[in-house]
Amino acid sequence: MNKELIRLKVNGEVHEVAVPPHKLLLDVLREDLGLTGAKRGCDDSSCGCCAVLVDSVAILSCVAIASCYQDAEIVTVEGIAPPGTLDPVQEGYALAGGAQCGYCTPGFLICTKALLARHPHPTLEEIRVALSSNLCRCTGYMQIYESVQLAIERAQAREAAKPAPVGR
Amino acid sequence: MASHSHIGKPLPMTDAPGKVTGLGKYADDLTVTGMLYGKILHSVHPHARIRAIDTSKAEALPGVKAVATGKDAPNPYGILPIGHDERVFALDKARYIGDNVAAVAATSAEIAEAALDLIDVDYEPLPAWFDPLESMQATSNWIHEQKPGNVEKEYHHEFGNPEQAFAESAFIREERYYAGEVTHAAMEPHSTLAIWEPDGRLTVHSSTQVPYYLHRTIAEVCEMPMSQIRIIKPLVGGGFGGKSEVIPLEVAAPVLAKKARRPVKITYTREEVFYAHRGRPITIADLKVGLTREGKINAVAARVVQDGGAYCGYGPVTVLYSGALLGALYDIPNVRYDGYRVLTNKPACGAMRGHGTVNVRFAFESTLDQLAHDAGMDPVEIRRRNLLKAPCITVNGLRVTSYGLPECIEKAAERSGWAEKKGKLPYGRGVGIACSHYVSGAANPIIRSNMPHTTVNIKVDRDAAVTLFTGASEIGQGSDTIQAQIVAEVLGVKMERIKLVAADTDLTPVDLGSYSSRVTFMAGNACLEAAKNIRAQVFAAVAKKSGCDPAVLEARDDFIFSTRDPGLRMNFDEAAVAAIDFHGALVATGTYAPPEEARGGKHKGAGVGPSPSYSYSAQVVELSVDTETGQVRVHRIVAAHDCGKALNPLTVEGQIEGSVYMGLGQALQEEMIWNEGRLMNPSLLEYRTPTTLETPEIESIIVESNDPEGPFGAKEAGEGSLAATIPAVANAIYDAVGVRINSLPITPEKILAALREKEKQRGGKVARSNGGRR
Repeated sequence: MNKELIRLKVNGEVHEVAVPPHKLLLDVLREDLGLTGAKRGCDDSSCGCCAVLVDSVAILSCVAIASCYQDAEIVTVEGIAPPGTLDPVQEGYALAGGAQCGYCTPGFLICTKALLARHPHPTLEEIRVALSSNLCRCTGYMQIYESVQLAIERAQAREAAKPAPVGR
Repeated sequence: MASHSHIGKPLPMTDAPGKVTGLGKYADDLTVTGMLYGKILHSVHPHARIRAIDTSKAEALPGVKAVATGKDAPNPYGILPIGHDERVFALDKARYIGDNVAAVAATSAEIAEAALDLIDVDYEPLPAWFDPLESMQATSNWIHEQKPGNVEKEYHHEFGNPEQAFAESAFIREERYYAGEVTHAAMEPHSTLAIWEPDGRLTVHSSTQVPYYLHRTIAEVCEMPMSQIRIIKPLVGGGFGGKSEVIPLEVAAPVLAKKARRPVKITYTREEVFYAHRGRPITIADLKVGLTREGKINAVAARVVQDGGAYCGYGPVTVLYSGALLGALYDIPNVRYDGYRVLTNKPACGAMRGHGTVNVRFAFESTLDQLAHDAGMDPVEIRRRNLLKAPCITVNGLRVTSYGLPECIEKAAERSGWAEKKGKLPYGRGVGIACSHYVSGAANPIIRSNMPHTTVNIKVDRDAAVTLFTGASEIGQGSDTIQAQIVAEVLGVKMERIKLVAADTDLTPVDLGSYSSRVTFMAGNACLEAAKNIRAQVFAAVAKKSGCDPAVLEARDDFIFSTRDPGLRMNFDEAAVAAIDFHGALVATGTYAPPEEARGGKHKGAGVGPSPSYSYSAQVVELSVDTETGQVRVHRIVAAHDCGKALNPLTVEGQIEGSVYMGLGQALQEEMIWNEGRLMNPSLLEYRTPTTLETPEIESIIVESNDPEGPFGAKEAGEGSLAATIPAVANAIYDAVGVRINSLPITPEKILAALREKEKQRGGKVARSNGGRR
């Protein structure tokens, strides 16, 4: 099959890859870029395991044609915090039991990140609705809500600990 | 010790960093140089003789490196020694839609897929069996020639004198219950990477709960000694029983790798996962329960038919669990059980969370509620009156060493506001209670032998790092964390000091795997033994060096110190080096095998059910039923679970909540819908595991009965809560609208039909004010 060269900006780095025109973003991330954090959990865009951020909005990379995202800022779970550090969202899921088997976790992290970006202080009901397109088979979701709430607390604490901007 | 450093603390899971960064690797995340992609050809017929297979066109397709059929691997296998009825690819006939017929390994998944279309299979369709009750009457066209009548296995047990007890009962209920088929739906589809090594060995990375069974099976099928095969379990994205038997791709990949002399990876599509299945079977349970005037359960009799699908799998174990645990939650002196595992032309069923206990528990707890009603007794009170008194041995020979059920019932009732709510909520809203229990591992291994069920090794080097080598399989339940906590606690060191090497058959000793909720109890006890041995060696060296009695030494917070002499204090780094100098090496082994007394009775089938210890659960569900639509909305579930001792409350709560969630899915919405052997809903979208929107608040309550044989008193936490949720929902629906649904899942259609039937019987519309309440 003929391939075309596409340019993707993922986690702040630009990659050029030759792929068939119809290749899905999830497959390009996993197979061509070695970013296996986003997962395939279903055949029909119903589980949310493959979610990635495209310009801060969560999309399902299993139903996205990679070549359509050449001008976008794509962020996968590997890129939500600098290497060796954890984002408050990651800390929340790690500490409060939001990740059991961990397979759905990248998708939940991405969708939580997207939620908190547009809505830093969601109610429990807003969290529930925002995460309703992600399936988790392990937790019964209770510890996921606790993880999100812990993430919010941690983000606030980090914000409070930041030195005040100079010259204000 | 007054208090623990790590035990009982809500510590985060040790493997969480890999999971939240996306850097942890699951089987499908792995690639190696030269790797081929494997695809499996599945039967399109539910029952068909295979006259011939022509693979020549597929083999000729550029990029195809190997094509395998039944002739390449004819040795039969199966999870039970009595059930070796599967082959990796069908030899003579296909027995269900989705049965494995051939496979291709090619340089890309697309080429492998295209090659499957080029394989010609000459099928001769045979009459097929889909209904278990019809199948067990079959006189011809048997699914397996060696199983005439299509009954895989039947068991008939009688304890006490049920006939006489029924005759003496004041109240008797006889009901038929039906439970539809449900499946694990773990988020990770199965995946296996088999690497043919240059030295002729085989390395297999696979999404398995039990590396040991996979190891044995690949050796049998590939005709290689186990010593030449290495099984490595990477991160596993959930199991729930679905990865506890050998799944066909786990053997197909090694067969292809051996044939191609190349690495081969096969990953199932979600549809293939649904057809690989091994979940909870359709169950038809005819249940009879007798009650004395005082509210004492006198006798229980059950006839249970399970629709096992086309292969044996765990089937006999499932049907035995249904009987063995049916009469062992409460004090029941007379029990009769007739269990039938029936073959049909559908994917094989197997072990699923709460293995064998769930559907009969739905039947029993629903019936018990009706008997309470007959006797004019509160459902909580009737359960209180039928408790066991531990320690004891149940009528069918199960040894009960600790029994937190009374406290579970009281706590669930109290926290749910039972007394204020039962029978007192407005029409359409109700509460229901139910109980359940589960084993902490099977006391008897499925492959009979005298070997320990778990062996672990600990090595401490001069860097004072503590490495635990364990065969136990982390599948998301937190087993790595629990084992590390136990070792760190005993050695009195920080958690960061513990490194785990787990589930790699070249490096770790045999463990029977992550199923039947055995790891905390069994691997935990083995860790405890090994760590105590290391500690004794360290104390001996420290005592020698400082000239004290080792009996006065204690270890905590990375220090060894004397309880008598405040000046005697040595850090663990120094103590470890002293111990290595003293002993030559600092290593120890710990093992666990269940005690003889825990292994059950002598009757046929007595091997299944016995466990060194049992967990207990009581739950109260509060819900509303919309009488116009039949829709159920669950508001809250209070789940109290006796796990002996919560070694890690965070993970225990996660297990309880996850079990309740899965039970809720089975209660209200999950079902595999079959049409002539074809699955009508083979996707997550259509199978409908509950989302956040359908999942209510779950309040988990930990009850600690401190089991005398569990590590630090711990026992099972991961499965026992599931079964109670389903009858608690059914009982709450009855409380809400006065109809009893004996068929799972309890869909709006079934509720509406029952409401209409009730209206018809009353000859008018149900009055809204007092509703269906008595």
